[in-house]
Amino acid sequence: MRPVVALLLSASLALAACQREERDTRPQSALGSGEQPIPVTTLEPGGQRPSPADNKAASFEANAFHLSEGKRLFGWFNCSGCHANGGGGMGPALMDEKWIYGSSMESIHATIRDGRPNGMPSFRDKIPDDQIWELAAFVRSLSGNAPSSAAPSRNDDMMVHPSENRMPDAATLGKSP
Amino acid sequence: MKRLASIALATAITLLLQGCAGWQSALDPKGPAASELAWLIWFFTGLCAVVWALVMIALAVPLTMRSRLHIDPLVLDAGADNRKLRAVMIAVGLTAVILVGLTLLSFFANRTLAAIGSDAALTIRVTGHQWWWEVRYEDATPSRILTTANEIHIPAGEPVRLLLTSTDVIHSFWVPSLSGKLDLVPGRMNVLDIKADKPGVYRGQCAEFCGAQHANMGTFIIAEPRAKFDAWWNDQLQPAAAPTSDEAKAGENLFLKRPCVMCHKIGGTPAGGTVAPDLTHVASRQTLAAGTLAMSRGNLAAWIADPQGVKPGSHMPVVDLSGDELNAIVAYLEGLK
Repeated sequence: MRPVVALLLSASLALAACQREERDTRPQSALGSGEQPIPVTTLEPGGQRPSPADNKAASFEANAFHLSEGKRLFGWFNCSGCHANGGGGMGPALMDEKWIYGSSMESIHATIRDGRPNGMPSFRDKIPDDQIWELAAFVRSLSGNAPSSAAPSRNDDMMVHPSENRMPDAATLGKSP
Repeated sequence: MKRLASIALATAITLLLQGCAGWQSALDPKGPAASELAWLIWFFTGLCAVVWALVMIALAVPLTMRSRLHIDPLVLDAGADNRKLRAVMIAVGLTAVILVGLTLLSFFANRTLAAIGSDAALTIRVTGHQWWWEVRYEDATPSRILTTANEIHIPAGEPVRLLLTSTDVIHSFWVPSLSGKLDLVPGRMNVLDIKADKPGVYRGQCAEFCGAQHANMGTFIIAEPRAKFDAWWNDQLQPAAAPTSDEAKAGENLFLKRPCVMCHKIGGTPAGGTVAPDLTHVASRQTLAAGTLAMSRGNLAAWIADPQGVKPGSHMPVVDLSGDELNAIVAYLEGLK
């Protein structure tokens, strides 16, 4: 009897590892892209959420797939041109704790979609709404606001040292292969 | 019944072997590298089959022979022992000779492969992306550098040097009819030389698992006579054809206003994205989405309307377009010959 119980227990533990994060590659926007009736007429004070809140904010925020998609798009759409991998340049830094137009997903989404004064362009119609949510989730994760189990890691080329397999080999006297 | 089974088996094997012919098969070589490899495949398989059969016979003979059951273990037969020892030594010696011989064969085949592109005049940079191929024709004159996607035109009968790299994960470039496979590794440049003996279309496939749409990452090598190839290159260097109909003009406008412009490039327009396939002459290609769909107006519309249905997980997003907008964009792209 005992071995059977042990076997069942270990089998159920092993099966738990089969759970895979849901990858929603075709999230349907309930309201259609760029059509949310959110009036962004005045600047929101920091931290206050524009309403109504979209349920995407909650579902994308801690989802590793959407966060890494956001990271990819951040590079593809040249956000680094002004924000320099989050460190800031022409545009403000994104990896610090300062949020000029609010730190919530909804605020960041509104910033990307509608633009902000003094340089941030509007990407309404240029980026599908789901991808704006992914970008917003990634931008929030830059300052440590996403669980570390889901947040994308830093690129190899941003590391202080090259990754181990690209380090010069001692056996070849410092000449990389 | 037995006869029926053997007929069925023979038919099945014939049908399976049929799959080895055609535009994507290492057993149907169309270039010097693939011929060399095909010869190696057949020679290795044949020799190993002979050795396997001999070993099986050597095992079967003592099993079926009637043995002397009453051997006295105390009686020594030096002659028989010597004979057995000699047989084992001969077998070991033959094994060593065969293994060293096969190693030398594959070594010399590798030398032949490496020599194919030593005088290649044309260099093409192939960059792997999830899940498509970026193809860039290098030229000393910057204005003649050409970027296209998924379909690689080469002059037939001439060696071509491919520089392989990747931007995201490891892919592998494999056109079985022309050459062996070689990986595309991020941050590293691999060199593969290919040559097609005759004009034709040879299909290639990503051969290193690279994600959700690895299976739909196809490529085509289109080998043409030199004159036709040069004409193709010159055509591809031209900026995109200006839209002629009102619908296509509206489509161009929409393309530039909607998310398409964020990733794709169309030469001669402000669209200059480099992270997705260059669409300057998209309608001149034979397939869409890296060999997934044949090029046609209907397939273009299907691909733009629901890329995640055709190629789930691909980086082409679902874009919210009305039916009229979709039609206009398709009419525009269809004209980009």
